[in-house]
Amino acid sequence: MTQPVLSVRNLEVEFVTRRATLRAINGVSFDIAKGEVLGVVGESGAGKSVTGLAVIGLIDPPGRISGGEIELSGTRIDHLPPEEIRRIRGKRIGMIFQDPLTSLNPLYRIGDQIIETIRTHTNLSESAARRRAIDLLAEVGIPAPEKRIDGYPHEFSGGMRQRVVIALAICAEPELIIADEPTTALDVSVQAQIITLIKRLGRDHGTAVMLVTHDMGVIAETCDRVAVMYSGRIAEIGPVQEVVRNPLHPYARGLMGAIPTLAGEDKRLVQIPGSMPRLSAIPAGCPFNPRCAFVFDRCRVERPEPIRQGTQSVACHLFEPAKETAA
Amino acid sequence: MLAFTLRRVLQAIGVMLAVGVIAFAMFRFAGDPVSQIVSIDTSAAQRAEIRRSLGLDDPVLVQFGRYFINALQFKFGVSYQFRLPVSSLLAERLPATLELAICATVFAMVAGILMGVYSALRRDTVLAKLFQAVSLIGISLPTFLIGILLIYLFAVTLGWLPSFGRGEVVKLGWWTTGLLTVSGLKALIMPAITLGLFQMTLIMRLVRAEMLEVLRTDYIRFARARGLTTRAIHFGHALKNTLVPVITVAGLQFGSVIAFSIITETVFQWPGMGLLFVQAVQNVDIPIMAAYLLMVSLIFVTINLVVDILYTVVDPRLRSTISRAA
Amino acid sequence: MSDAVVPHRSEDHPQAPAGWFGRALDSDILYSFRRSRLTMVAAVITLLFFLLAIFASGLAVQNPFDPAQLQLINSRIAPLWTADGQSPFLLGTDEQGRDVLSAILYGLRISLAVGVAGVVFAGALGIALGLVAGYFGGVVDSVIMRIADVQLTFPAILIALLVNGVAKSLLGNRLDEMSTFGVLIIAIGLSFWVQYARTVRGSVMVEKNKDYVAAAQLIGLPAPKIMLRHVLPNTMGPILVIATINLALAIITEATLSFLGAGMPDTMPSLGTLIRIGNNYLFAGEWWIVAFPGIALAGLILSINLLGDWLRDALNPRLR
Repeated sequence: MTQPVLSVRNLEVEFVTRRATLRAINGVSFDIAKGEVLGVVGESGAGKSVTGLAVIGLIDPPGRISGGEIELSGTRIDHLPPEEIRRIRGKRIGMIFQDPLTSLNPLYRIGDQIIETIRTHTNLSESAARRRAIDLLAEVGIPAPEKRIDGYPHEFSGGMRQRVVIALAICAEPELIIADEPTTALDVSVQAQIITLIKRLGRDHGTAVMLVTHDMGVIAETCDRVAVMYSGRIAEIGPVQEVVRNPLHPYARGLMGAIPTLAGEDKRLVQIPGSMPRLSAIPAGCPFNPRCAFVFDRCRVERPEPIRQGTQSVACHLFEPAKETAA
Repeated sequence: MLAFTLRRVLQAIGVMLAVGVIAFAMFRFAGDPVSQIVSIDTSAAQRAEIRRSLGLDDPVLVQFGRYFINALQFKFGVSYQFRLPVSSLLAERLPATLELAICATVFAMVAGILMGVYSALRRDTVLAKLFQAVSLIGISLPTFLIGILLIYLFAVTLGWLPSFGRGEVVKLGWWTTGLLTVSGLKALIMPAITLGLFQMTLIMRLVRAEMLEVLRTDYIRFARARGLTTRAIHFGHALKNTLVPVITVAGLQFGSVIAFSIITETVFQWPGMGLLFVQAVQNVDIPIMAAYLLMVSLIFVTINLVVDILYTVVDPRLRSTISRAA
Repeated sequence: MSDAVVPHRSEDHPQAPAGWFGRALDSDILYSFRRSRLTMVAAVITLLFFLLAIFASGLAVQNPFDPAQLQLINSRIAPLWTADGQSPFLLGTDEQGRDVLSAILYGLRISLAVGVAGVVFAGALGIALGLVAGYFGGVVDSVIMRIADVQLTFPAILIALLVNGVAKSLLGNRLDEMSTFGVLIIAIGLSFWVQYARTVRGSVMVEKNKDYVAAAQLIGLPAPKIMLRHVLPNTMGPILVIATINLALAIITEATLSFLGAGMPDTMPSLGTLIRIGNNYLFAGEWWIVAFPGIALAGLILSINLLGDWLRDALNPRLR
């Protein structure tokens, strides 16, 4: 197997507050291969965005990476000095944020923002960078890029702005793109276009993509593999076909049951009772235990570790080999 | 854009008319112009004659019209104390006040922005906390106390700087300047700092608050995610976005600086319009008071207008919303 | 910038005492007060200044306003701890033989009286105009708010000076100490009413359309009663903040006017007047005549400002 572009091992992220130290990410591990799109899905507060920010080194105090390793194409990038991780950001890892309306500096022309980024990471001349910026705008599907390059962000629609943001994220040909809810703030009609664009860019350039979203529909459409996160842990990870069709973790099952399908009109949508615990009140054992329909004593005491089940991996005591033979 | 400018100009004219009415009311009703001119042994007939010649028997509206037309030509009557036309008194004092106000504003902007940026970027350092403490004291100490303190330190105790006056001035046409002589510059230092200190603390607090606000925005986070250098982010992106409101406030404050120069000019016996005004208040010289009110209002209204229009030039978002609304 | 928002506290507070004052004492406000040591020091100092002013006549060694008690033989005595000090003049005397400490105590009384009365007058005027503007709306509203807009662009000190000059011109020689006192209060009131009016108007506009006001109108309560009983209490928090910060501003304004010679006369000096008098002796090396009134004034304003800052943060955490 070739070396993955991104490899995260037992990542832990803590937020130190006056009252307590909150663990937002607790032992998360996953890989993304070249050209692969990994979807990260979960409720708000599950730690999806924090995972993305940790990878790109943008966890601000009082937060910090308190454990684990992050490797980018074989080199460790967690705990790099600020200046070195800065050189990686934008050059080797591109990032796309949720809200294109606020991601661009309103006082700068979009061209200037792109050229500035290109010139930070390459030694292209001003005019070469400008030509490259125009090419990039064309690539992300902005019509008449040589004219629009001198526009200000407020002159673009939301979808067009997100295209600009994507152009900014890919302008140094990164190995990895982290897209944090890239379509949530957009109109439904535009969402599909942006998703197609991200997918196409990943395929054309062989870029690995980490797509953070809470939208299972987007995941099913776009991703090769999917990680389901719950309370700062990965509950289940595996190929998207398997996880969608045959979810193993009770939480993942609930999540898949919550997707409306055209085929199953007669079926009621499944609801997961309760809500995800706050970071300050994560229960002992499996964090999902208070909401789980299959809960048993062990779940309340012992934290489940990921267990391989074919191509999937699931953190649930139900799939303990010993338990299965006993059943 | 044109409609916007036009509307603002009309508003400004409205404000000036209102101030004009107040100035006229003061001029006409607060003081009896006749009793200021005549002596005790002037006969009643002579007084009536003077009243008539001054046009004080005409209907009030006619008098207002006359005052208004005169004011447009910068004719504000004759000072009771000096027996000189108010306009020439003001013109003579204008350069001193403007030079002081401009130097104070430049000082306030430069020092305020530097201190504000520093205390926003290095929030927890000792120096930043010191700046915060200084700003609280700067807002709490009345201007005249600061002036007295400076005089005591640098004029009385150390003897480095002159405690009053403008020093040697050079005539450039009708304008007099103290900026070209050493004594003039030395005389300017303390008044300018005294006058600018309050604005400086204001600008510093504003820059700090704005900068912290901007540093929390998504586009700064995105700029970091793009791997831009800290310097480019702080001094390119964050500072530019911070300065838009700051420049507006500093511009609007320029009128206040001129008005506040009343105090500084009194402390340092600076021969400007403010000192003239204070002496007018002390001596009930109504024509000067009315004229000063009109002058300062004109400066205020003009600055507000210019800042409003400039603001739209600096901020592209505003520019397009206005042209869309118009 | 200054349009503070009414702090809406959660309604499910079981034992919250009635009235805004009880609510204020009940809550986080008192808690945050105890947390901030600086604020407690400021509060103690402010209280001390008020007590000194109230009991000035008992504490002072002489009545500095009574010429009969001043003796020229005692003029220009340095503070007690210096070589030339003389008992009982702890902080020295001025050129008229006036004990500086006594003058400060009496001056403090004048400064605080003008400040408090000015703030009360400004508050009453501003609240009344704000209620009228907000409740009636339309032409009344736009006239009042236009005046407010225009006035807000002019510094208070300029307006106060103009009011003072006009009063002087109208009253001429009839202007004695007490009427100067009144003129100062009016000058300060007219300079500072705008902020109250804006705040009150804003919250009247919000409350006016709420159901309980409509209900009160339906059962036939008269408009003034509705406003005073129901709408006004909601604005008390922000008004308190504005009043505290304005008290400091009013004291500065009075001191400045007196310093400029347009305020309290030498025969009945406020702190500002004392500073103006003392300033003349600075070059002669008699620093104590100006220094102590200056320190008193600065300390008073600084502690009131600290209280005001804290009150603003406590009542509206979002502004922090």
